[in-house]
Amino acid sequence: MLSPHGRQLMSEAMVQVRNVQKSYVRGKQTVEVLHGLSLDIPKGDFVALMGPSGSGKTTLLNLIGGLDSPTSGEIRVGGERIDQLSGGRLAEWRARNVGFVFQFYNLMPVLTAERNVELPLLLTKLSAAQRRKSVAIALEVVGLADRARHKPKELSGGQEQRVAIARALVSDPALLICDEPTGDLDRKTADEILGLLQVLNREHGKTIVMVTHDPKAAGFANRILHLEKGQLLEQATAAA
Amino acid sequence: MTRTGFVIANLWRKKTRTVLTLLSIVTAFLLFGLLQAVNVLFSAGADFIGASRLVTQARVSFTQSLPMRLLPQIESVPGVEHVMWQQWFGAVYQENTQLIFLATDPARLRLVYPEYVMPDAEWKAFEQTRTGIIVGRNLANQHGWKIGQKVPIASNIFPQQDGSKNWTFDLVGIYDGKDEDWQRNTNVGWINFAYFDEANQFGRGLAGTYTIKLADVDQAQGVAQTIDAMFENSPDETKTQTEKDFNIGFIKQIGDIGLIVRWILFAVFFTLLLVVGNTIAQSVRERIPELAILKTLGFKDGSVLGFVLAEAAALCVIGGLLGLAIATPLGVAITRATGGNLPIAVDGRVWLVGGIAILVLSLAVGLLPALRAKRLTIVDALAGR
Repeated sequence: MLSPHGRQLMSEAMVQVRNVQKSYVRGKQTVEVLHGLSLDIPKGDFVALMGPSGSGKTTLLNLIGGLDSPTSGEIRVGGERIDQLSGGRLAEWRARNVGFVFQFYNLMPVLTAERNVELPLLLTKLSAAQRRKSVAIALEVVGLADRARHKPKELSGGQEQRVAIARALVSDPALLICDEPTGDLDRKTADEILGLLQVLNREHGKTIVMVTHDPKAAGFANRILHLEKGQLLEQATAAA
Repeated sequence: MTRTGFVIANLWRKKTRTVLTLLSIVTAFLLFGLLQAVNVLFSAGADFIGASRLVTQARVSFTQSLPMRLLPQIESVPGVEHVMWQQWFGAVYQENTQLIFLATDPARLRLVYPEYVMPDAEWKAFEQTRTGIIVGRNLANQHGWKIGQKVPIASNIFPQQDGSKNWTFDLVGIYDGKDEDWQRNTNVGWINFAYFDEANQFGRGLAGTYTIKLADVDQAQGVAQTIDAMFENSPDETKTQTEKDFNIGFIKQIGDIGLIVRWILFAVFFTLLLVVGNTIAQSVRERIPELAILKTLGFKDGSVLGFVLAEAAALCVIGGLLGLAIATPLGVAITRATGGNLPIAVDGRVWLVGGIAILVLSLAVGLLPALRAKRLTIVDALAGR
């Protein structure tokens, strides 16, 4: 049963997946990962994808985020058919529309926190001053303004993940893709990160799709979708 | 931050590795600068501009002595101010120290080489002492010779009448150079030709080579051509060139210096290609996930290729320019140290070829790793496949 907030969100779909199939060629074998999967994610929703290893949840995440293309089927994000975009245009689309947060942060070790956050803005036409301002805002949102000049090796795991979230936010994308964002963090830090994601969802209107193995992490989302063997099983409403 | 700043930051990811790679590029281009200057020197054609002296040798080889009878004819050529001759003595001091000693007429030596500075009394002593020799200051200092002492020198070419190759001379003068450059060139000894010609067992009346002092430096080419035309189709055909070209030709006797230099350069750059190419390739291998993240953020395949190529180019450009910059004053120093006999000029021509070499090297070491970075797929790279 959806909350009133959830019902309002349903009226406008951010992500529409229709009959998507995805298979990979591994050596001489073709492995089918997703089998005719369909789902809708409304704008402003916070969805957790759960399932056993090999269920296809990361594959689905990659497809929604434009990191990969389906073997067949349609994927619309923000009204745009991303399954029809070529490599270069897909890259441009990602830069404008999606922010990514990974389990192992994936920051550039040679750059400071603020320069890591600034990286996506090098793809824009913003001036250096404008970029600096956007970076400052993003770091402020994640509560790391005082660690801007530190390199990743000088930050804790939680701080690195916050920097990664700031990098994901800095170009103000509508959609955040999170692949096991708390997988490498202790409980307390994980809760802080998930709380931050909730704030981004509820106060900043970001649509978030998160893959997680952790039921407690999934509890921070509005909805939980279960995948098994490349098919959607059920959805549940998380505690508000 | 800019894209350039990002490239520079990645260059210094492993400082020690970058510094060592840079040093190898600097060394390679330093060698390149000097060797390419030598290559230009030995590949260049005759240059008569500014030459105040010419050397006439036998056309076949300078090892073949020209006869003394050519002297009056050479002296009669318009534009010739003074002429001297010099015969290579083949001097060996003590057991096996090879020295440069030439037999010549003392008075003519003084006229043709006013750059040699020596008191009048010593010049006179050289003229008047049959067994007299004069040596340059550097040569005298090297062996601790003093005026008045007897200097035993063997010749590996000319035995005396009694068959002995051991000669004994009286040191009657020590000359200096007129300036710093010429002072560096005071490592030659001169023997009184009259005594040498009379006392040696064979080869009498042979001048060796002739050195001509010109009345007008602008006439160098004309005088050279006139002299050679005079003896064309005679038993003693000549080749007249500037002193500088003669010295270079002398060094070429060692071998085809140009070819040797080119092979050395090829070996140097091939090694550099392997070393730097491996470094760049290793650097890309280490950063596959980071490059995948760049693509995730929205950088296109071409941009990622560009980042890797730019890193390779930055290394090659910085190292190459530094190497050439060090080679330039080093070339000047070598030129000075050899008294101008080996003019190593790391000039515009060398820098131009060096610039092209930098570009080619950048492409050669950066292209394959850059293509690998371009082709990597995000999903596989992030999954560690």
